[in-house]
Amino acid sequence: MDLQQRLRSTFVEALGLGEGVDVENLKYREIEEWDSVGHMALVAAIEDEFDVQFDTDQVIDMSSFKVALDMLRVLGAGD
Amino acid sequence: MTAIVEGVFGLGQSEREAALLPALTELTEHHRAHCEPYDRILGSLGHARGADFGSVEQVPWLPVRMFKHHVLKSVPDDQVFKVLTSSGTTGAEVSRIYLDKEAAADQPRYLGRTLQAVLGEKRLPMLMVDTIGIIKNRRSFSARGAGVLGMANFGRKHVYALDEDDQPDVEAIKGFLAAHGDEPFLIFGFTFMVWQYLYEVAREHRLDLSNGILIHSGGWKKLIDRAVDNTEFRRRFAQDTGLTRIHNYYGMVEQLGTVFVEGPSGNSLYCPDFADVVIRDPETWAEQPVGVPGVIEVVSTVPRSYPGHALLTEDLGVVHGIDDGDWPGKRFSVLGRLPRAEARGCSDTFSGGAA
Repeated sequence: MDLQQRLRSTFVEALGLGEGVDVENLKYREIEEWDSVGHMALVAAIEDEFDVQFDTDQVIDMSSFKVALDMLRVLGAGD
Repeated sequence: MTAIVEGVFGLGQSEREAALLPALTELTEHHRAHCEPYDRILGSLGHARGADFGSVEQVPWLPVRMFKHHVLKSVPDDQVFKVLTSSGTTGAEVSRIYLDKEAAADQPRYLGRTLQAVLGEKRLPMLMVDTIGIIKNRRSFSARGAGVLGMANFGRKHVYALDEDDQPDVEAIKGFLAAHGDEPFLIFGFTFMVWQYLYEVAREHRLDLSNGILIHSGGWKKLIDRAVDNTEFRRRFAQDTGLTRIHNYYGMVEQLGTVFVEGPSGNSLYCPDFADVVIRDPETWAEQPVGVPGVIEVVSTVPRSYPGHALLTEDLGVVHGIDDGDWPGKRFSVLGRLPRAEARGCSDTFSGGAA
């Protein structure tokens, strides 16, 4: 599985997303499941899955699936 | 880390006021243009639109109580993203604070910049002195739930120190300390709960909290009844648990994202660069000199979706000094709640003006 697919399944699992959700284009606070409670669970799940640690600014700035993916690439996750 | 401290707690009082005044003036006009009840209130108090104010102290303020009695928002209905409520001490009345998406996204950034001054950028393992139950109802958080969630961003591996019946979960606390107690960790909770559920449990079980950084907030009323004030709180934590890095903070749901933080040496709260306090004489409303207690007004450039940039609180406070402490600007303490009668008197004036 490539990075994007792994991140996609992490999103689906952490946020409890149903089928048919356009995960790749998700934005923070756009759907009920990704509110501030969901965000906490999501950050923890991504850190566990990719063995990375985000700093506070990154947690606050993680405003979309795409941003999260970019952050993981910068951190060299999944290489 | 010094650079970050300078970034948020860097402005001396005159530079600060010079930076705040145009921003607060612009916000006053913005809210008058977008919040009709606010415009009427200011109009009825004799403030003309487009007025220039000579100083921060002259910017018109609203009593926080207004948010309980009036719908005060500066965004259209269809852009309201979240409504936060605070139950005051009076029970039935709640403030309603309206956030659009931008405001909801902005406030954690301001809070983040402020608290990173004492926490650094790295997220530390975090002990929440609360129950996970507080954030279970996702649609409507209490002020307590919002506080817990707002702080969660600063930590990782969150462990809750209370079970779902609000009882201390000693095993959870011990487990957290076994896993993380040897490195710096973060503790967050409301002041009274931290005392009752963490201090007393830690003392009884001889827990070592010496690597902790405690961030706490909330009133002292219940602790004053037990003869515990801020000084005693710090002294007992240090003596009995080894915890010395303690930062109280002061903030309110009506001015979300803005917190006033206790400096490292303790017993004084400092204003982030985008905020300030004005202590007012409760009879004349003029600014009190240093050392003389009065009613706390909080100003901040953060609130844009509701007119909360200059608010008269219902708390008494005192400025201890200006540009003479851990960080620049005013340093102050919160002394307690305003006696009810005075609070009612002052807000009635404004309610009358708004009717």
